[in-house]
Amino acid sequence: MSAVADTHAQDDHHHGPAKGFSRWLLTTNHKDIGTMYLIFSFTMFLLGGTMAMVIRAELFQPGLQIVEPEFFNQMTTMHGLIMVFGAVMPAFVGLANWMIPLMVGAPDMALPRMNNWSFWLLPCAFLILISTLFMQGGAPNFGWTFYAPLSTTYGPPSTTFFIFAIHIMGVSSIMGAINVIATILNMRAPGMTLMKMPLFVWTWLITAFLLIAVMPVLAGVVTMMLMDINFGTSFFDASGGGDPVLFQHVFWFFGHPEVYIMILPAFGAVSHIIPAFSRKPLFGYASMVYAVGAIALLSFVVWAHHMFTVGIPIAGQLFFMYATMLIAVPTGVKVFNWVATMFRGSLTFEAPMLFAVAFVILFTIGGFSGLMLAIAPADFQYHDTYFVVAHFHYVLVPGAIFGIFASAYFWLPKWTGHMYDETLGKTHFWLSFIGMNLAFFPMHFLGLAGMPRRIPDYALQFADFNMVSSIGAFLFGASQILFLVIVVKCVKGGEKASAQPWDGAEGLEWTVPSPAPYHTFATPPEVK
Amino acid sequence: MRVHAKRAGVLLGGLMTPALSMADWTLNMSPGVTGTSNEIFSLHMTILWICVVIGIVVFGVMFWSIFAHRKSPGRKPANFHENTLVEILWTIIPLVILVVMAIPATATLVDMYDTTEADVDIKVTGYQWRWKYDYVDEEFGYFSNITTSDDEIYNRTEKTENYLLEVDNPMVVPVGAKIRLLVTANDVIHSWWVPAFGVKKDAIPGFVNETWTRVDEPGIYRGQCTELCGVKHGFMPVVVKAVPQDEYDAWVAEQKEAAQRERELTEKDWTLEELMARGEKAYASACAACHQADGSGAPPAFPALKGSKVATEDMQAHLDIVVNGVSGTAMQAFGGQLSEVDLAAVITYERNAWGNDTGEMVTPKEVFEYKNQE
Repeated sequence: MSAVADTHAQDDHHHGPAKGFSRWLLTTNHKDIGTMYLIFSFTMFLLGGTMAMVIRAELFQPGLQIVEPEFFNQMTTMHGLIMVFGAVMPAFVGLANWMIPLMVGAPDMALPRMNNWSFWLLPCAFLILISTLFMQGGAPNFGWTFYAPLSTTYGPPSTTFFIFAIHIMGVSSIMGAINVIATILNMRAPGMTLMKMPLFVWTWLITAFLLIAVMPVLAGVVTMMLMDINFGTSFFDASGGGDPVLFQHVFWFFGHPEVYIMILPAFGAVSHIIPAFSRKPLFGYASMVYAVGAIALLSFVVWAHHMFTVGIPIAGQLFFMYATMLIAVPTGVKVFNWVATMFRGSLTFEAPMLFAVAFVILFTIGGFSGLMLAIAPADFQYHDTYFVVAHFHYVLVPGAIFGIFASAYFWLPKWTGHMYDETLGKTHFWLSFIGMNLAFFPMHFLGLAGMPRRIPDYALQFADFNMVSSIGAFLFGASQILFLVIVVKCVKGGEKASAQPWDGAEGLEWTVPSPAPYHTFATPPEVK
Repeated sequence: MRVHAKRAGVLLGGLMTPALSMADWTLNMSPGVTGTSNEIFSLHMTILWICVVIGIVVFGVMFWSIFAHRKSPGRKPANFHENTLVEILWTIIPLVILVVMAIPATATLVDMYDTTEADVDIKVTGYQWRWKYDYVDEEFGYFSNITTSDDEIYNRTEKTENYLLEVDNPMVVPVGAKIRLLVTANDVIHSWWVPAFGVKKDAIPGFVNETWTRVDEPGIYRGQCTELCGVKHGFMPVVVKAVPQDEYDAWVAEQKEAAQRERELTEKDWTLEELMARGEKAYASACAACHQADGSGAPPAFPALKGSKVATEDMQAHLDIVVNGVSGTAMQAFGGQLSEVDLAAVITYERNAWGNDTGEMVTPKEVFEYKNQE
């Protein structure tokens, strides 16, 4: 893709950012909002990570040492909710805010005021969620999947606040998704047809449709809970004629596409980073787009693979098993394309590439365990054990989170105008890589040996691997402080970055100076 | 890749001093002692090896590129970026592998769902936080509670071999017979799992799920609840004792006799002391998990009984709560769970323990009348 940057557009003859706090509170600028999303996400990542440290500290040895089971359950629940809704999703929305207008040659997001509103709802939602920790009866303690009736009849009084927080997060996500779709479909530079769009834009377009499709379903299920708890209905209460399994069907109809919401934008980002550092165009652009589309469509018909043990009829069991196995095909195509892109390239391994390569390898390992979990009879042994914990941490940590780190290092020069410290970046990668594998790989063994998930204490045969896993988790957790140091250092100064700091990178975002001016593409560039 | 990582894991583990002599470094699933668990094990190994082989090929190409195609002076990257034939190939080949994998998986699943022609029916009911086993054809049933002491859990004494995996009354099954398990729950969703059997089924209030097993070897098999069910989710083990048929028959006869004796106890005239002694045990097994052994509870979900209105004022209200539960709260209806004797004993105990000292007692006969009134 070649583009001629309109230098006129970069002359900032409109107005600069306002001064002080009102700049951030009232901003409608996609770059400011993107920055706020990213800062918010990292804050939540540290908070959710701290909770993970509490969990791993308690599981360091058998017996109860540090926290009581009641608080342990609150930690696992809040860790999950904060990481999913507070860390991963806002990070991708932040990247979308920053990069989509730059990538499609638009001056801003299509709906800038709504953009401001959808960001500022998030801190409100999370203040409510986190405040439940200090309420009588404690925070939600029923797991991030909040299965009824544990979360309804048996839930703590704070559950109603949790429902309210979920509603606000949902509103924020839906507005963010509408904004992304409106921007991509209406504001692309002249000449940028759909099949010329950068893959990050493609994956976000599909992700946004997934969000619009499933966030209302989540809103529906928590509203039914709200009714059951406060208004005497019995949607999920068997003694009132309701159906506890209905909860799981509705929840996972949201929950499975949600999994892809958390990974597809990372697929997109990695599809920029691997070609850039291989100095070779992405292999199979069209098949990459079709594969993402196929994954998104399939994600709506596999939800019950989370429920193989609830006793659905065998016909349903077989359907969901086959559909789930089928997802391996488009996912495999993506992995093969990334490897083919690297093949016969001219590879260098700066921090973004290290994270991207680790993404491909470790996400594939997570994909393998996913394929194993898809085999329904075998799932009867794996289900709700640490094997599942290992699986989804392998797709989320080196998947979503490494994807976010790779993106951050890749685009930091564009955001700040400075190169980050490469030595520190590589150190961050290797510490994270070792810590993460040490933390999560032994969980496969624990699960296969029979350790159930969500338990605060365990039988003695699980002791050794739990200790290894905890050590790995502490290493991974501590390493993330380094990322904060690197980013702060990069914002404050460092080697000046050129408009095009990576010699293999392509796309409109590299045609504007670094740091990207407050207003870009006031006149749209031409894409040939 | 997985195998390498596993080896690395073992190596690394070897360098660290094992935390406890009991612990081990088990890496893989065990085949188990039933036909089903063996079939699952072989499916597991097949898919694992398929993944390992695909992993070696894909990561092999990748590492070769990383090594051979890294940037060096004069190295020009190739410029190819499309090839429809390879795209079709690497769509079709995985698809074929998946179809091959789906065939044995389907066969195993069909077999696992065949719950017909069972020799023994056992109803498994999940409660917060214990299991109840009802031998449907033999008209007796009992609760199975964890026996690991708080002293072990809170590290005040040495942990024993079956820490957290030991119960007072295990499920007893005959070897070689087809056992149908009817799995349900009383309060929240639990999940009954014995890894050695390859049986895991969710216990859901309002539903009765069916599954089955046929144990090949006598022995004691241990598992745990695998669906988060509240604060003591980690403390409700499953223990199954598989015994030869004749031993099983003798055990059933003994249980039936004991059940009959229990029913006769309702007619007996009880004294306050007798009820208190029995009540202490029944309270420990049925009530202490929530209301605590000292009656202090865990407010707000589980109110204190010590000095409470319920346990010191109106006796009828107290009886009503214990027998019928309180709807919309975690307080279950114990009328169907405990015998009349135990209900009377628990209520009497609650009204006289921890300084409640009302001096009041309720007899099993009164409980029986209360339960059978209009």
